[in-house]
Amino acid sequence: MEFPGLYNYWIAIVLMMVGFYIVIAHDNLIKKVVGLNIFQVSVFVFYISMAKVRGGTAPILEAGIETYSNPLPHVLILTAIVVAVATTALALALVVRIRNAYGTIEDDEIEGQEDDA
Amino acid sequence: MAVTALALVRLRNLFAVVMLAGMFSLLAAVLYVVLDAVDVAFTEAAVGAGITTVLLLGTLALTTSEEKAAPRKTLAPLLLVVATGAVLIYGTMDMPRYGDPNAPIHRHVAPYYLERTGPDTGLPNVVTAVLASYRGYDTLGEVAVIFTAAVGVLVLIGRSRRPRKKRQPADKKKAAQ
Repeated sequence: MEFPGLYNYWIAIVLMMVGFYIVIAHDNLIKKVVGLNIFQVSVFVFYISMAKVRGGTAPILEAGIETYSNPLPHVLILTAIVVAVATTALALALVVRIRNAYGTIEDDEIEGQEDDA
Repeated sequence: MAVTALALVRLRNLFAVVMLAGMFSLLAAVLYVVLDAVDVAFTEAAVGAGITTVLLLGTLALTTSEEKAAPRKTLAPLLLVVATGAVLIYGTMDMPRYGDPNAPIHRHVAPYYLERTGPDTGLPNVVTAVLASYRGYDTLGEVAVIFTAAVGVLVLIGRSRRPRKKRQPADKKKAAQ
Protein backbone atom coordinates (compact mmCIF):
# COMPACT_ATOMS: atom_id res chain seq x y z
CA MET A 1 0.00 0.00 0.00
CA GLU A 2 2.32 2.75 -1.17
CA PHE A 3 0.68 6.07 -1.93
CA PRO A 4 -1.91 4.64 -4.30
CA GLY A 5 -4.48 6.31 -6.47
CA LEU A 6 -6.91 6.65 -3.62
CA TYR A 7 -6.51 10.35 -2.98
CA ASN A 8 -9.80 11.21 -4.70
CA TYR A 9 -11.67 9.30 -1.98
CA TRP A 10 -9.59 10.95 0.71
CA ILE A 11 -10.41 14.44 -0.57
CA ALA A 12 -14.10 13.56 -0.51
CA ILE A 13 -13.76 12.20 3.02
CA VAL A 14 -11.97 15.31 4.30
CA LEU A 15 -14.67 17.55 2.82
CA MET A 16 -17.35 15.31 4.26
CA MET A 17 -15.81 15.48 7.72
CA VAL A 18 -15.57 19.28 7.55
CA GLY A 19 -19.26 19.47 6.71
CA PHE A 20 -20.08 16.94 9.44
CA TYR A 21 -18.12 18.98 11.98
CA ILE A 22 -20.00 22.17 11.07
CA VAL A 23 -23.31 20.38 11.42
CA ILE A 24 -22.67 18.92 14.87
CA ALA A 25 -20.46 21.59 16.47
CA HIS A 26 -22.24 24.82 15.53
CA ASP A 27 -25.44 26.08 17.08
CA ASN A 28 -26.40 28.51 14.33
CA LEU A 29 -29.01 26.91 12.10
CA ILE A 30 -27.96 28.68 8.88
CA LYS A 31 -24.41 27.53 9.44
CA LYS A 32 -25.68 24.01 9.93
CA VAL A 33 -27.45 24.19 6.56
CA VAL A 34 -24.21 25.37 4.90
CA GLY A 35 -22.38 22.49 6.58
CA LEU A 36 -24.96 20.07 5.22
CA ASN A 37 -24.34 21.52 1.74
CA ILE A 38 -20.62 20.87 2.06
CA PHE A 39 -21.41 17.33 3.14
CA GLN A 40 -23.54 16.86 0.04
CA VAL A 41 -20.89 18.30 -2.27
CA SER A 42 -18.40 15.82 -0.84
CA VAL A 43 -20.69 12.96 -1.85
CA PHE A 44 -21.00 14.46 -5.34
CA VAL A 45 -17.21 14.71 -5.65
CA PHE A 46 -16.96 11.08 -4.55
CA TYR A 47 -19.30 9.88 -7.29
CA ILE A 48 -17.86 12.06 -10.04
CA SER A 49 -14.31 11.02 -9.23
CA MET A 50 -15.37 7.37 -9.46
CA ALA A 51 -16.76 8.02 -12.93
CA LYS A 52 -13.41 9.26 -14.25
CA VAL A 53 -11.56 6.92 -16.57
CA ARG A 54 -7.87 7.48 -17.22
CA GLY A 55 -7.43 8.91 -20.72
CA GLY A 56 -11.18 9.33 -21.16
CA THR A 57 -13.08 12.41 -22.20
CA ALA A 58 -16.47 13.83 -21.35
CA PRO A 59 -19.27 11.43 -22.40
CA ILE A 60 -20.29 13.24 -25.58
CA LEU A 61 -20.14 10.96 -28.59
CA GLU A 62 -17.62 12.04 -31.20
CA ALA A 63 -16.03 10.18 -34.07
CA GLY A 64 -12.53 8.97 -33.37
CA ILE A 65 -12.79 8.92 -29.59
CA GLU A 66 -12.79 5.54 -27.91
CA THR A 67 -12.69 6.19 -24.19
CA TYR A 68 -15.38 8.10 -22.33
CA SER A 69 -15.99 8.73 -18.68
CA ASN A 70 -18.82 6.78 -17.13
CA PRO A 71 -22.04 8.75 -17.79
CA LEU A 72 -24.20 7.04 -15.17
CA PRO A 73 -22.78 8.74 -12.04
CA HIS A 74 -23.03 12.06 -13.85
CA VAL A 75 -26.75 11.51 -14.35
CA LEU A 76 -27.28 10.47 -10.74
CA ILE A 77 -25.43 13.51 -9.45
CA LEU A 78 -27.31 15.86 -11.75
CA THR A 79 -30.48 14.63 -10.09
CA ALA A 80 -28.89 14.78 -6.64
CA ILE A 81 -27.77 18.42 -7.04
CA VAL A 82 -31.27 19.56 -7.84
CA VAL A 83 -32.74 17.54 -4.99
CA ALA A 84 -30.09 19.03 -2.69
CA VAL A 85 -31.28 22.52 -3.56
CA ALA A 86 -34.87 21.48 -2.90
CA THR A 87 -33.96 20.22 0.58
CA THR A 88 -31.89 23.34 1.22
CA ALA A 89 -34.85 25.54 0.32
CA LEU A 90 -37.09 23.59 2.67
CA ALA A 91 -34.55 23.75 5.49
CA LEU A 92 -34.14 27.51 5.07
CA ALA A 93 -37.91 27.97 5.09
CA LEU A 94 -38.00 26.09 8.39
CA VAL A 95 -35.22 28.36 9.70
CA VAL A 96 -37.28 31.42 8.81
CA ARG A 97 -40.30 29.98 10.62
CA ILE A 98 -38.19 29.13 13.66
CA ARG A 99 -36.89 32.67 13.70
CA ASN A 100 -40.46 33.99 13.61
CA ALA A 101 -41.53 31.69 16.43
CA TYR A 102 -38.52 31.98 18.76
CA GLY A 103 -36.80 35.19 17.70
CA THR A 104 -33.46 33.42 17.35
CA ILE A 105 -31.75 30.90 15.12
CA GLU A 106 -29.29 29.62 17.72
CA ASP A 107 -29.94 26.04 18.72
CA ASP A 108 -28.96 26.45 22.39
CA GLU A 109 -31.13 29.55 22.89
CA ILE A 110 -34.11 27.71 21.43
CA GLU A 111 -33.49 24.86 23.86
CA GLY A 112 -33.25 27.37 26.71
CA GLN A 113 -36.64 28.83 25.78
CA GLU A 114 -38.12 25.35 25.61
CA ASP A 115 -36.82 24.58 29.11
CA ASP A 116 -38.29 27.82 30.50
CA ALA A 117 -41.67 27.15 29.02
CA MET B 1 -11.52 23.89 -1.85
CA ALA B 2 -10.60 22.35 1.49
CA VAL B 3 -9.18 25.73 2.56
CA THR B 4 -12.49 27.40 1.72
CA ALA B 5 -14.34 24.76 3.70
CA LEU B 6 -12.07 25.23 6.70
CA ALA B 7 -12.51 28.99 6.53
CA LEU B 8 -16.24 28.34 6.68
CA VAL B 9 -15.81 26.59 10.01
CA ARG B 10 -14.08 29.61 11.54
CA LEU B 11 -16.12 32.50 10.21
CA ARG B 12 -18.73 34.12 12.45
CA ASN B 13 -20.25 36.57 9.99
CA LEU B 14 -22.95 34.67 8.16
CA PHE B 15 -22.82 36.93 5.11
CA ALA B 16 -19.18 35.97 4.58
CA VAL B 17 -20.13 32.36 5.19
CA VAL B 18 -22.73 32.49 2.43
CA MET B 19 -20.29 34.11 -0.01
CA LEU B 20 -17.66 31.49 0.77
CA ALA B 21 -20.25 28.76 0.29
CA GLY B 22 -20.93 30.11 -3.19
CA MET B 23 -17.20 30.12 -3.91
CA PHE B 24 -17.02 26.56 -2.67
CA SER B 25 -19.71 25.55 -5.15
CA LEU B 26 -17.90 27.25 -8.03
CA LEU B 27 -14.68 25.47 -7.10
CA ALA B 28 -16.64 22.21 -7.08
CA ALA B 29 -17.89 23.04 -10.59
CA VAL B 30 -14.30 23.58 -11.78
CA LEU B 31 -13.37 20.25 -10.25
CA TYR B 32 -16.19 18.55 -12.17
CA VAL B 33 -14.89 20.00 -15.45
CA VAL B 34 -11.47 18.59 -14.66
CA LEU B 35 -13.09 15.23 -13.99
CA ASP B 36 -14.86 15.28 -17.40
CA ALA B 37 -18.35 15.84 -15.96
CA VAL B 38 -19.30 18.94 -17.90
CA ASP B 39 -23.07 18.58 -17.47
CA VAL B 40 -22.70 18.25 -13.73
CA ALA B 41 -20.43 21.30 -13.70
CA PHE B 42 -23.10 23.35 -15.47
CA THR B 43 -25.74 22.32 -12.98
CA GLU B 44 -23.52 22.90 -9.99
CA ALA B 45 -22.54 26.38 -11.18
CA ALA B 46 -26.14 27.37 -11.93
CA VAL B 47 -27.97 25.64 -9.12
CA GLY B 48 -25.37 25.16 -6.40
CA ALA B 49 -23.54 28.46 -6.73
CA GLY B 50 -26.47 30.51 -7.99
CA ILE B 51 -29.79 29.47 -6.51
CA THR B 52 -28.47 28.19 -3.20
CA THR B 53 -26.64 31.47 -2.61
CA VAL B 54 -29.80 33.43 -3.42
CA LEU B 55 -31.83 31.28 -1.03
CA LEU B 56 -29.26 31.69 1.73
CA LEU B 57 -29.12 35.45 1.23
CA GLY B 58 -32.90 35.63 1.35
CA THR B 59 -32.87 33.77 4.63
CA LEU B 60 -30.21 36.10 6.01
CA ALA B 61 -32.35 39.07 5.06
CA LEU B 62 -35.28 37.57 6.97
CA THR B 63 -33.28 36.54 10.03
CA THR B 64 -29.89 37.71 11.20
CA SER B 65 -26.43 37.81 9.72
CA GLU B 66 -24.30 37.29 12.79
CA GLU B 67 -23.56 34.01 14.53
CA LYS B 68 -23.65 34.39 18.31
CA ALA B 69 -20.91 32.89 20.46
CA ALA B 70 -18.18 30.46 19.57
CA PRO B 71 -19.27 26.86 19.90
CA ARG B 72 -18.41 25.80 23.44
CA LYS B 73 -18.30 22.04 22.96
CA THR B 74 -15.53 21.72 20.37
CA LEU B 75 -13.51 18.76 21.59
CA ALA B 76 -16.08 15.97 21.50
CA PRO B 77 -17.31 16.72 17.96
CA LEU B 78 -13.72 17.04 16.74
CA LEU B 79 -12.83 13.64 18.16
CA LEU B 80 -15.95 12.10 16.64
CA VAL B 81 -15.20 13.63 13.24
CA VAL B 82 -11.56 12.50 13.24
CA ALA B 83 -12.56 8.98 14.29
CA THR B 84 -15.22 8.74 11.60
CA GLY B 85 -12.80 10.07 8.98
CA ALA B 86 -10.16 7.55 9.98
CA VAL B 87 -12.63 4.67 9.69
CA LEU B 88 -13.78 5.89 6.27
CA ILE B 89 -10.21 6.22 5.01
CA TYR B 90 -9.50 2.70 6.22
CA GLY B 91 -12.58 1.65 4.26
CA THR B 92 -11.18 3.10 1.01
CA MET B 93 -8.16 0.80 1.06
CA ASP B 94 -9.91 -1.81 -1.07
CA MET B 95 -11.55 0.63 -3.45
CA PRO B 96 -10.56 0.66 -7.13
CA ARG B 97 -7.77 3.07 -8.01
CA TYR B 98 -8.52 6.53 -9.39
CA GLY B 99 -9.13 6.40 -13.15
CA ASP B 100 -8.87 2.62 -13.33
CA PRO B 101 -10.73 1.59 -16.52
CA ASN B 102 -11.41 -1.89 -15.13
CA ALA B 103 -13.21 -0.75 -11.99
CA PRO B 104 -16.52 -2.59 -11.47
CA ILE B 105 -18.47 0.65 -11.97
CA HIS B 106 -17.28 0.86 -15.59
CA ARG B 107 -18.16 -2.71 -16.52
CA HIS B 108 -21.83 -2.94 -15.64
CA VAL B 109 -24.41 -0.89 -17.57
CA ALA B 110 -22.19 2.03 -18.55
CA PRO B 111 -20.78 0.37 -21.71
CA TYR B 112 -24.33 -0.44 -22.77
CA TYR B 113 -25.35 3.20 -22.47
CA LEU B 114 -22.27 4.36 -24.34
CA GLU B 115 -22.83 1.88 -27.18
CA ARG B 116 -26.58 2.19 -27.57
CA THR B 117 -27.08 5.94 -27.11
CA GLY B 118 -26.06 6.76 -30.68
CA PRO B 119 -28.30 4.20 -32.46
CA ASP B 120 -31.20 4.42 -29.97
CA THR B 121 -31.65 8.13 -29.46
CA GLY B 122 -29.41 9.89 -31.95
CA LEU B 123 -28.17 12.23 -29.25
CA PRO B 124 -24.47 12.93 -29.01
CA ASN B 125 -24.61 13.69 -25.30
CA VAL B 126 -24.83 10.42 -23.40
CA VAL B 127 -25.66 12.10 -20.11
CA THR B 128 -28.74 13.73 -21.58
CA ALA B 129 -29.83 10.49 -23.21
CA VAL B 130 -29.55 8.53 -19.97
CA LEU B 131 -31.22 11.28 -17.96
CA ALA B 132 -34.20 11.79 -20.21
CA SER B 133 -34.58 8.43 -21.90
CA TYR B 134 -33.10 5.39 -20.17
CA ARG B 135 -33.68 6.69 -16.66
CA GLY B 136 -36.56 9.03 -17.33
CA TYR B 137 -38.44 7.82 -14.28
CA ASP B 138 -35.64 9.13 -12.07
CA THR B 139 -36.15 12.55 -13.54
CA LEU B 140 -39.90 12.30 -13.05
CA GLY B 141 -39.27 11.47 -9.38
CA GLU B 142 -36.91 14.42 -9.16
CA VAL B 143 -39.62 16.73 -10.42
CA ALA B 144 -41.95 15.29 -7.79
CA VAL B 145 -39.36 16.04 -5.10
CA ILE B 146 -38.96 19.62 -6.28
CA PHE B 147 -42.72 20.08 -6.38
CA THR B 148 -43.04 18.75 -2.84
CA ALA B 149 -40.28 21.06 -1.65
CA ALA B 150 -41.86 24.06 -3.34
CA VAL B 151 -45.24 23.26 -1.77
CA GLY B 152 -43.55 22.82 1.61
CA VAL B 153 -41.76 26.17 1.34
CA LEU B 154 -44.95 27.96 0.36
CA VAL B 155 -46.92 26.35 3.19
CA LEU B 156 -44.23 27.27 5.70
CA ILE B 157 -43.57 30.90 4.79
CA GLY B 158 -45.89 31.72 1.92
CA ARG B 159 -48.78 33.11 3.93
CA SER B 160 -49.63 36.74 4.37
CA ARG B 161 -47.08 37.28 7.12
CA ARG B 162 -44.29 39.80 6.70
CA PRO B 163 -41.85 37.39 5.05
CA ARG B 164 -43.63 37.12 1.73
CA LYS B 165 -43.04 34.40 -0.83
CA LYS B 166 -39.72 35.72 -1.99
CA ARG B 167 -38.36 32.36 -3.05
CA GLN B 168 -41.02 31.59 -5.57
CA PRO B 169 -39.00 32.73 -8.61
CA ALA B 170 -36.08 30.58 -7.52
CA ASP B 171 -38.33 27.57 -7.30
CA LYS B 172 -39.59 28.20 -10.80
CA LYS B 173 -36.06 28.26 -12.10
CA LYS B 174 -35.27 25.02 -10.34
CA ALA B 175 -38.22 23.31 -11.92
CA ALA B 176 -36.81 24.27 -15.31
CA GLN B 177 -33.67 22.29 -14.59
